[in-house]
Amino acid sequence: MNIVSLSAGCCLFATGPLTEPVGVVHYLIVGAILFTAGVVCMALKRNALGVLMGIELVLNGANLNFVAFSSPYLRGAGSATLGLDGQVIALFVILLAAAEAAVALAITLNFYNNHSTVDIDRADDLKG
Amino acid sequence: MGNESMISLSGMVMAPVLAAGLPLAAINWHSVLFLLFASLASIFAVGVVLADNVVRMALYLVFSLAATAGLFFLAGAEFIGAMQLMIYVGGTLVLLVFGVMLTAQAPFVSIKPSAADRALAGLAGSSLLVVLLAAALSVDSWQRPGLSEVTAPTATPLGMALLGMRVDGPAAGAATGAVANGYLLPFEIVSIHLLVVLVGAAYLARAKRRRTPRPIDAAASAVSVVEGSTRVELPAALPPRSGSASALVSGGSK
Repeated sequence: MNIVSLSAGCCLFATGPLTEPVGVVHYLIVGAILFTAGVVCMALKRNALGVLMGIELVLNGANLNFVAFSSPYLRGAGSATLGLDGQVIALFVILLAAAEAAVALAITLNFYNNHSTVDIDRADDLKG
Repeated sequence: MGNESMISLSGMVMAPVLAAGLPLAAINWHSVLFLLFASLASIFAVGVVLADNVVRMALYLVFSLAATAGLFFLAGAEFIGAMQLMIYVGGTLVLLVFGVMLTAQAPFVSIKPSAADRALAGLAGSSLLVVLLAAALSVDSWQRPGLSEVTAPTATPLGMALLGMRVDGPAAGAATGAVANGYLLPFEIVSIHLLVVLVGAAYLARAKRRRTPRPIDAAASAVSVVEGSTRVELPAALPPRSGSASALVSGGSK
């Protein structure tokens, strides 16, 4: 792993401040931060709704990467992009996330009705 | 936590501009807006992780997703940005906030994870972030700066693609005469999927029975259950405090 490019990528704005147009790598960095925050949120939270919020963050990080790779504005001249495919996939991800949130919220409310709690550490009825 | 980071963020954005004395014409405002929205999205995403109160987590998630919609607009995907605002921020998060409000009883508003869990999650999360950043920065063609010109709007090609016709790119097939593949079948599958999922969610979340029934209902159900099995066990099966209520119900039914 080349540390030089990593530090250069992180300090791209600090060295050449705000005059360079942004590229794909900046979107990828933001997407990586969102994805990591979502994964940590899913693993750490004990509230079932907190886990759902972590899933939303993960899906948004992935969506950001799809949109960044599909954008001809970000890839620069002469680079191949995903074109419209990336945006269509992002649109489907948004719709399926809405469906997933509805079902997961219904399951959470069912669990709350039956157990009077939303603490997922108490959801151990199926342990063998 | 939010206020200090926001102040330091705005200082961080404005300080190099003022210190370097850049002429305003040299500043790429696309990059400035990107930096603003990217900082907002990242800071509020980290805020979702760090907050223990579930209501604050929902609020930070709203801000993070709205800033992500701003990033979509900046990438030239204005239709996706609008859908992000309408479906995610306007629909999914309202659903989540309803869930928060329905379950936010006093002991569940903030369920704190243990310190060992926090340390482990911090370690795993930082290592995952290092891996992802290394992967993102390892390809040279991704490091190139983008163009500085505005692209065409994408709402019309997107709608045509969802109807099964491609009017963009090499898949349009204008030269070869080939039939371009659109997204009509995934569009239909997603629509049926949404219908099934929403009906199923409404079925799952319907109100079935109360957790603590009213005394008159409990007494009535107890009487009906006991009458269904054996009448002999009637005095022993009933709880003592609902005896008068069951007498009231049975008296009223005569």
